[in-house]
Amino acid sequence: MKEASATDGEERALIEFQKVVKIYGQGQIAFQALRGVDLRIARGEFLAVMGPSGSGKSTAMNILGCLDIPSAGAYRFQDVHVERLDRNQRALLRRHYLGFVFQGFNLLSRTSAQENVELPLLYRGEPVAQRHAAARQALARVGLSGWEAHTPAELSGGQQQRVAIARAIVTQPLVLLADEPTGNLDSTRSHEIMELLVRLNREQGITVLMVTHEADMAAYARRVVHFVDGAVESDARQTEREPGACS
Amino acid sequence: MFLNAILLALREIRRNLTRSFLTILGIVIGVAAVITMVTLGNGATRMVSEQISSLGSNLLILRPGQRMGPAAFGSAAFRVSDADALTAQILTLRAVAPTVSRSAPLVVGNENWSSSVTGSTNDYLTVGNWQLAAGRSFSAEEQQAGRAVCIIGETVRNKLFGRQNPVGAQIRVKNFSCPIVGLLAAKGQGAMGMDQDDTVLMPLKAVQRRLIGKLQDVNVIMLSMRDGVDSTQVMAQIRRLMRERRKLSESEDDNFTIMDTRQIAETLSSTIGTMTTLLGAVAAVSLLVGGIGIMNIMLVSVTERTREIGIRLAIGALEHEVLLQFLIEAVTLSAFGGLVGIALAFVSCLALAAVTQMPFIFDPGINLISFVFSALIGVLFGYIPARRAARLDPIEALRYE
Ligand SMILES: Nc1ncnc2c1ncn2[C@@H]1O[C@H](COP(=O)(O)OP(=O)(O)OP(=O)(O)O)[C@@H](O)[C@H]1O
Ligand SMILES: [Mg+2]
Repeated sequence: MKEASATDGEERALIEFQKVVKIYGQGQIAFQALRGVDLRIARGEFLAVMGPSGSGKSTAMNILGCLDIPSAGAYRFQDVHVERLDRNQRALLRRHYLGFVFQGFNLLSRTSAQENVELPLLYRGEPVAQRHAAARQALARVGLSGWEAHTPAELSGGQQQRVAIARAIVTQPLVLLADEPTGNLDSTRSHEIMELLVRLNREQGITVLMVTHEADMAAYARRVVHFVDGAVESDARQTEREPGACS
Repeated sequence: MFLNAILLALREIRRNLTRSFLTILGIVIGVAAVITMVTLGNGATRMVSEQISSLGSNLLILRPGQRMGPAAFGSAAFRVSDADALTAQILTLRAVAPTVSRSAPLVVGNENWSSSVTGSTNDYLTVGNWQLAAGRSFSAEEQQAGRAVCIIGETVRNKLFGRQNPVGAQIRVKNFSCPIVGLLAAKGQGAMGMDQDDTVLMPLKAVQRRLIGKLQDVNVIMLSMRDGVDSTQVMAQIRRLMRERRKLSESEDDNFTIMDTRQIAETLSSTIGTMTTLLGAVAAVSLLVGGIGIMNIMLVSVTERTREIGIRLAIGALEHEVLLQFLIEAVTLSAFGGLVGIALAFVSCLALAAVTQMPFIFDPGINLISFVFSALIGVLFGYIPARRAARLDPIEALRYE
């Protein structure tokens, strides 16, 4: 199952990991969370990352999301060497090209769904009217029209996660990164979220990178990468599951 | 961005209303104390200078003895002829009023009162800036002969006649009867709390003869200078003349004192000014303490909102944007505290001014300075917590429980 990288070798990659190493700690307690990962991801892919706990999935995701930098190796995003950027430059990359969905929802509490979704636009300095319209539209796309004024405490877990997705896509990012987006949801809600991600990937061409423990969820992706002990053990393409195929 | 940050800060403050209130208490008290001190100080200065100028304009007071106060005993009194010499020889003087005073019991019908009876000339009215509310001043003949006639002050009128017009009535002074020819217009409280209206005025000779028994002695000579003359020069002239008349040799010290009321006013004002500055500085320390309170609460807030900060950073907030957000929050808090402090100071100044009968002079300068200063304290003490927030690692912050 190691043929994947060969097939898209010609295509210019949106994301490219070259022998990415991540070491936590120093000296005696130094721990190598990633041991030379090579990975190429093209625009428009839907990729699921799987693997046992502690295999380095989140570590890789954080680097992919420009939240962290590799200890060694190169990470190119749109041909930019991310490992050479400073904190603020990486923040700008995130601001303009990336959207995040986290496991723990991570919405601002006591803040309405609408305002949560507007937050990334605020940092982009978009005018109020546009912010309102875009946030409203994003919430509609995740099926939350009419819930704009609700705060996270007044929303179910699935709804909160959809608000988080709305916040991630409101800026029309190139890449959506989701680290265990369904980790806290029951299976019905999980499938709803997955279908939403598939739709976004198809209809808007957003590249989706997702970490999951569940084969059920990985089945929605077109490509599944398995991590074991900080290295890619397998990288396989598959025919993705059709939205709505499961109920 | 700025406006948003302020709105955000206001919302954060509203969310923790009680805590915010306690946080700004230090600033509120500090600002209120500083403004109150300075405002009351200004009021006191104004009051002192107003009272001293009500004593008379360009007023010099000549007393026997070296120092003010009781030490004046012992030195020889002035003579009536000293006053005449001053009038004749120093032309920059507008009026010269030799005075003698003695406290005496006053009786009208069943009412009695004790007051200070001053003997002087009509110049006393000029020198002391006195206006007549009713009646007339002394006639030349009354002054010449030392007739027992009197002009009374408002307080004496009040005690003995109530609201009636006393002019023409008789008043018993110690052991002689005396018609009232005039009523002085009220001046109100004098400098250092004494009542200037509690007075009875008589021709100099009448008091000398009937109350004191010494026909030539004069206690105090009050002098009024013409407008625009230099008081130091006039005082030097007076000093030279009096030394000569009192036959002082080169080696002897003056055995009299010349006071310039304007100088006294200035000295008093500057003393009050020093006090005000000192008290204001003490109050300013409490402002600093208030700033530390703000820093403390902002540090707590940053810790509490670690996840929020993580979200903001992950979404693409720049370090300085997060810094600004927390800085603005601190400044909003402290500036709000400043505003409340200003309001509190306004109320307490009004109340204190009413109680102490001092004028309330609203000083926009000190209010503005205090406000700006409280905002600056927000910047100063908000900076460390804000920087801590801005430097957080987004991954760590997102994982924070
Ligand atoms: N900040 C850190 N400091 C030290 N070690 C870390 C740190 N973050 C992760 N690690 C270690 O790196 C390894 C990989 O962690 P990572 O979070 O990437 O695993 P994961 O594959 O996401 O696991 P899970 O499925 O449980 O989320 C783990 O052994 C973890 O202990
Ligand atoms: Mg993980």
